[in-house]
Amino acid sequence: MVETLRPETTEQVVEAIAWASGEETPVEIVGTGSKRGFGRPMGDGNRTIGHVVDLSGLSGITLYEPEELVLSAWAGTPIAEIEAAVAEKGQMLAFEPPAFAGLYGETGGTLGGLIGCNLAGPRRVKIGAARDHILGIEAVTGRGELVKSGGRVVKNVTGYDLSKLLTGSFGTLAALTQVTIKVLPAPETVETVLVSGLGGVDAMRAMTAALNSSHEVSGAAYVPSGLAKAVSGVSGDAVAVRVEGFSPSVDARSMALQELLSGFGMVAMLDAVASVALWRDVRDARPFVGSDAALWRVSVTPTAAAGIAEAIANGIGGPSLIDWGGGLLWFEADDAAAVRAVLAEHGGGHATLVRASEETRRTTPVFQPQPAPLAALSTRVKESFDPRHILNPGRMYEGV
Amino acid sequence: MKMPDPDAGVIARREEILAAMRAIVPGEGVIADDKGMAVYESDGLTAYHNMPLIVMLPETVDQVSAVMRYCNENGVKIVPRGAGTSLSGGALPAADAITLGMGKFNRVLEVDYENRCARLQPGVTNLGITHAVELDGFYYAPDPSSQIACTIGGNVAENSGGVHCLKYGLTTNNILGIEMVLPDGEILRLGGKHMDSEGYDLLGLMTGSEGLLGVITEVTVRILPKPTTARALMIGFESSEAGGQCVADIIGAGIIPGGMEMMDRPAIKAAEAFVQVGYPLDVEALLLVELDGPPVEVDFLIGRVREIAEGLGAVSIRISENEEERNQFWAGRKAAFPAIGRLSPDYYCMDGTIPRHRLPEVLSRMSQLSEKCGLGVANVFHAGDGNLHPLIMYDANKPGELDAAEEFGADILRLCVEVGGVLTGEHGVGVEKRDLMGEMFTEDDLKQQQRVKCAFDPNQLLNPGKVFPTLHRCAELGRMHIHRGQMPFPDIPRF
Repeated sequence: MVETLRPETTEQVVEAIAWASGEETPVEIVGTGSKRGFGRPMGDGNRTIGHVVDLSGLSGITLYEPEELVLSAWAGTPIAEIEAAVAEKGQMLAFEPPAFAGLYGETGGTLGGLIGCNLAGPRRVKIGAARDHILGIEAVTGRGELVKSGGRVVKNVTGYDLSKLLTGSFGTLAALTQVTIKVLPAPETVETVLVSGLGGVDAMRAMTAALNSSHEVSGAAYVPSGLAKAVSGVSGDAVAVRVEGFSPSVDARSMALQELLSGFGMVAMLDAVASVALWRDVRDARPFVGSDAALWRVSVTPTAAAGIAEAIANGIGGPSLIDWGGGLLWFEADDAAAVRAVLAEHGGGHATLVRASEETRRTTPVFQPQPAPLAALSTRVKESFDPRHILNPGRMYEGV
Repeated sequence: MKMPDPDAGVIARREEILAAMRAIVPGEGVIADDKGMAVYESDGLTAYHNMPLIVMLPETVDQVSAVMRYCNENGVKIVPRGAGTSLSGGALPAADAITLGMGKFNRVLEVDYENRCARLQPGVTNLGITHAVELDGFYYAPDPSSQIACTIGGNVAENSGGVHCLKYGLTTNNILGIEMVLPDGEILRLGGKHMDSEGYDLLGLMTGSEGLLGVITEVTVRILPKPTTARALMIGFESSEAGGQCVADIIGAGIIPGGMEMMDRPAIKAAEAFVQVGYPLDVEALLLVELDGPPVEVDFLIGRVREIAEGLGAVSIRISENEEERNQFWAGRKAAFPAIGRLSPDYYCMDGTIPRHRLPEVLSRMSQLSEKCGLGVANVFHAGDGNLHPLIMYDANKPGELDAAEEFGADILRLCVEVGGVLTGEHGVGVEKRDLMGEMFTEDDLKQQQRVKCAFDPNQLLNPGKVFPTLHRCAELGRMHIHRGQMPFPDIPRF
C-alpha cells in the first residue's frame, strides 16, 4: 500500500529518504500536488512508487529582509503565502510565477514545486525565470544526505551552482527542504500598449520593434482572434506590450511605444487595472484552462514563432497564444511527432506536453527528447545525486 | 598552497605526448619551449606560478575535442585557459598538465538583433561583445573590471559580474547557450537562441564551474538595447553606517540603480591622489549611484535618491550633468586598484560577499585585523549586491609579508562567511580559496559537488587541484552506505 509520509523537519526528510534509498523503494516527492499532471507519470520501468513524501508540512517563511531583497522559506510554503508577504512590503517574485495548477483544475502550489518546475511568466523576456532568482537551496539527495548550495547573497560563485541544477529538476535529484530567493521591488504602476488587427508575421515585427527599443518592455505577447475571448482586454488579433515602473517613466515610455507601434495597426492603451488582468490571463495560459485537450508549451527562437504557429494551425492543432516576444507558444495539438517535426524545421527548441491524459504522457515524451550524448550526461548527473533512482523516477525522462 | 603532486610518469612521457599534440594541432599552435611557455606560467593571481607540461592553442572545435580525447585516453591532465585574468588562480598551470589556451577562438560568429543575441567564440573579449553591437544601439550587460582583456569563455567559467549586476544580472543571467567539449572529447550544445531549456540546467551548472567540467567552445549571449541615458550621484557620508543605510533606503524605496558602489576612506584617498576627480577627502564613505533608463525616469530617480541622501545627513552630494562628469565620477572607482598599487609595492585583492547591512560591522572588524597584522587595507564595495573587495597592501620583498597578507585575507573571508556571506562573489575559488571551502560547506556538500564533477569528468583530469580542498576518487564518492531496516520513522506523520 502506498503510504504518504509527511515529515515536519529536515531530519525527518533525511530519515525518510535514507530509508527509501536503503530499501530501493521509489518515492514520489510532492508539495500540495497541484502540478501532478505536469511531467511523465511516475515509475521507472517495472518499479512503481512505493511511498509518497509530502513536503507540505515543512512550511513557513524563515527569513525575509526586504531591504536586502532576499527571502528564505521552507519548500512546502504555499506560493500564495509568499506572494502576500512580499506584496505587503511592495515587493514581488519578479519572475511572475504562473498559476499552472489551473491547467490541471487544481489550486495551490508550493515554493518547492515552483522551483522544481522552473516556471516563469511574461516578465521572462526582461528578468528571467525562477532559475535566475534562486540564491540558495538545502535539499536531501537520493542518497539521503542533506546538502546545501549557494547562500543568501546575489553575488556568489563559491562552488558549483547546484541551486540552478535543482531548479527545474522536478524532484528527480533531491527533495528541496529550504529555498532562498531574490525578490525585487514591485513596479509602482503598469500600462499596456495594445495593437489590434494584425496577423502573425506583423505581430512578430511589432513585438521585436518594442523589445529592441530602449523602452524597457517587460512583456510582449500576441493573442490571436481565436483565443481572444479568454483574455481580458482584447477582442481580436492583438499584440500587447507592457511597461512597468515609476509613473512618470511609464507614461513616457507608453507614449513612445504607442508612436513606435502605430504603423502596425490600431493602437490603444490599457491602464494598470486592465493591464494586470490581461497579463494574468497570458501568464496562466487562461485560454486553455478548463479544457482537457493536449496542451503544448513550446520554447523557441523568438523570430521562429510566427512560422511555427502557422504550421501548427495548418492541420496539426489550434491557434497559438504567443508570449515572450515570440519565445514561447501555447497551443493544443494531439500529434506529438508532428509538433516536434514542426519545431525541428524552425530552428529547434523545446516542446513540452504540459497537459495530456496519463496514458498519453506515459507513451509520449513529455519533455523534448535529448540528443544521446546529452541524455547520457543527464543520467550520470541524476545518478550522482540519486544512484538508486528512487526520487520521482521517470518524471522527466524514462530512466531518469 | 599544496597542489597535487605532479605525475612523474606523465612528465616522463612528455616527448610522446608532444608528438601526439603536434599531430592534432599544427605549427605554432603547440608551444613547448620554456621561453614560450613562461608566458602561461601564471594568471592574474601572480603569487603562484608553475610551468605547464605543454601549451596548446587550438583553432577548431575538432582540435579541442581531439586534444581532450587523447588526454582522457592517456591520463593527461588539462588546464583550460582564457585570457588568464583570473584573480583566484583558476588557470594556474601544473607541471604534468597541458594548458589549453582558447585565445585563438576570437571571432564574433553571428549577431542576431531580431532575437537580441550574439553567438561568439569563447576568446572574444567581454568588451569586444559590446564593441560588436554598440553602433546598433545594443550592449552586453555584465562588465567585470577586467573587461578589456577577459574573455567570454572565462566569464562563463567564473560567472563574472561587474558593477551593473544588481539590475542586469551576472553572466549566468545573460547567456542563452553554449557549445562545450567534455573531457572524453564529446561535443555538446546546451541551450540556444530560445529562452527556456528543459532538462537539467547544465548551462546554469557550467556557469561558474571554473573549468572543472568541460571546455567551452562557443557562447550565445543576450544583448540588450542600450539605456537612453545614465546619470550618477556622488555622495559623501561621515560614517559607513550612514552610507550603508542610504543603500538600504534606496532599495527600500523600490529603486534598483544600474550601479551602486561604495569606497572607504583609504580607497577614496588613494583614488583621488591618483586621478584627481574631486572626490571629497573628509568623508568616511563615498557612494556612487548610477541611474540609467529613459531621461524622464533618470531625472525623477535622481531627485528621489538625493532626498534620501539628504535625509541621512550626507555631507556632500554631486550630480553629474553630462557624460564627461559621469565618467569622471567613475574614473576614481575604476582606478581604485592601480591607485592602491601606487601606494603600496604589492596589493592583494579579496572578493567576499556579505549581507549588505553587516557592512559597518565587517569594516570595523577588518580594521582591527589590519592593526593586528600591521598591513593596511582599503575597501571598494559593490554596495548594491554586497560584494566586497578589500585590497590588502603589502611588500612581497619583505620577508613574511606575503604570508601575512594571505592570512589576513583568509581571516577577512572567514568573517564574510560568519556574518552570513560567502567566500567569493565573482573571482572564483580557484586555488586561492580552495582550502577555505570547509568554512562554508560541510563534507557532504563538497562530496556532492565532486560527484557532479565525476558525472562530467570521471577520470578527474580537468583543472586538477582547483576548488576542492580534498580530492576523492570517483569510485569512492559513488559508494553508498546502506542502512536497511524497518520503516524507521515512528515520528513522521503519515496518512
